[in-house]
Amino acid sequence: MIEEILSPEFVMISLPPMLVGLLACLACALPGNFLLLRRQALIGDAISHVALPGIVLAFLLTGTVAAWPMLLGAGAAALVAVALIEAVRRLGRIESGAAMGVVFTALFAAGVLLLERSDASSVHLDVQHALYGNLESLIWFDAMGWGSLLDPAALATLPEAAPRLAVVLVAIALLTRLFWKELALTTFDPAHASAIGLPTGLIGAGLAAATAVAAVAAFDAVGSIIVIAMFVCPPAAARLMTDRLGRQVAWSLVFAAISAIGGYVLAGYGPGWFGRPDAVSAAGMIAVVAGAILAAACLAGPRRRRAGATAA
Amino acid sequence: MRLLESFAARSPLSQALPASARPPLAQGPERGAGATPAPDAAADAPLCVRGLTVAYGGKPAVFGVDATLPAGSMTAIVGPNGAGKSTFLKGALGVIPRVAGEATVFGKPFARARHRVAYVPQRASVDWDFPALAEDVVMMGLYPRMGLFRLPGRRHRETARACLARVGMEAFAERQIGQLSGGQQQRVFLARALAQDADLYLLDEPFAGVDAATETVLVSVLQSLRDAGRTVACVHHDLSTVAAYFDRVLLLNGARIAEGPVAETFTEANLQAAYGGRLATAGLAAPGAIPATPAGSPPAPPPGAAAR
Repeated sequence: MIEEILSPEFVMISLPPMLVGLLACLACALPGNFLLLRRQALIGDAISHVALPGIVLAFLLTGTVAAWPMLLGAGAAALVAVALIEAVRRLGRIESGAAMGVVFTALFAAGVLLLERSDASSVHLDVQHALYGNLESLIWFDAMGWGSLLDPAALATLPEAAPRLAVVLVAIALLTRLFWKELALTTFDPAHASAIGLPTGLIGAGLAAATAVAAVAAFDAVGSIIVIAMFVCPPAAARLMTDRLGRQVAWSLVFAAISAIGGYVLAGYGPGWFGRPDAVSAAGMIAVVAGAILAAACLAGPRRRRAGATAA
Repeated sequence: MRLLESFAARSPLSQALPASARPPLAQGPERGAGATPAPDAAADAPLCVRGLTVAYGGKPAVFGVDATLPAGSMTAIVGPNGAGKSTFLKGALGVIPRVAGEATVFGKPFARARHRVAYVPQRASVDWDFPALAEDVVMMGLYPRMGLFRLPGRRHRETARACLARVGMEAFAERQIGQLSGGQQQRVFLARALAQDADLYLLDEPFAGVDAATETVLVSVLQSLRDAGRTVACVHHDLSTVAAYFDRVLLLNGARIAEGPVAETFTEANLQAAYGGRLATAGLAAPGAIPATPAGSPPAPPPGAAAR
């Protein structure tokens, strides 16, 4: 195993998807903590579904799969979705959770139809990639071994998703740290927060925007399955480990990292351990590991409590 | 920014004055005076609300309410269910949008004086499963003074613990808030308000569903704040304790029914006007006649109060 990790092939073929998966998982798990505590975990789900039609439309309009048109397309789709959800809620007098469910599944389905009609499969834009991403296809062609990580020329050829997600992760981490008090207070007690003058609406919108950026940046590399799983599973498991917000966030990042690395390793090497030659989907396995961690935390987490159990 | 304004010098600990340090009655601009304060006295009042109107979905919940809380007073906001008592507080603080009316705090628009106000929402309005310890919640009261980007440190934790001690909760500082009883949670909320070291304390139903011990602690802490010259107002449900706990009353039923000192305002006629026929069950014994109890020895809550 050690030999394998030290080999140039590992750095060329396994490191990029591991790195991208890791960055994507961390970037989604971080805002997921606050979404979970605000009982808005569905928003991450909604945004990652809604991104698909936006990305397809951006591709149809520009003919490229460059990052910026994709991000803009997904952002525009998110705005359309917000307007639609509000319209369905008001005109149809439908409860907001149901309105969200209706709108994002309908938009995702529209995205699937658009994908089928457009010939985008040559650029890794098809239904399968929308779900699983294209982690396995991320290859660092110029890597000669671990030393390449210190070589600027080689680093420049790292798959584009890696630096993009690194920037997104650093930005989200920085914003979370800077506005930690405000995020905590508006999440716990919005009425008190608003009375001391915090712009609760703006902070909520900022959180939703960070969520959208993380979802869209992660979407085309890792697919919607991981994005949805990472918004919910690591924070939910982390909540069962501790009763303090800071520690919950730290645990969620640890769980996200274990899911990303463990999931990739299990998907790539796991079948071999059981004598089967072919690897399974890394994205699927990462999400499965995240779910398994949540299940383990539910069964054995130190702070688990039955729902509905009352305080002593 | 305004959050940094200059009241770091005043420690919350200095508030716990003994009852003997109570200022003379005449010190408050309105204490013992008529029901309606003079307009110039109202201008600098801790809270002055004029024509407050708030609507939910086009239906007004509170309309045209005028109210003035004089300094060093403790006011009960009383009225039947749906009378807009909580809405009045939220509307005055701008937590929910107003349709009409204005509110000033110490003579200034609320936005420029909010550092002098501590607002305690209803206990049921927050998710107590939130991952925070009692002391973490109390430290939230210090956030406005900490400045942007700073995280709480040891000094803030010590202040929070001192505030918890004032409500008899020091032993529970490191308890997750969901594991506290309803009364203990309400005390944590009051400790957070104490940490804010405000001049005006507005509490939404602080006595709802709390145990008798908590009710005693809350009343004595709030009365000691009043006796130190701070101003307190509580949305209150239990008519039988109004005269014992409070010195002023604001009767609401959508509109303002009456406002003023308990002795003159908390009368059968005004209560009939606010509650209509529903008053018969309140078991009121000549409200105006109940003498105010000295601070520090609040009376035992009436039978059944703890079971609510």
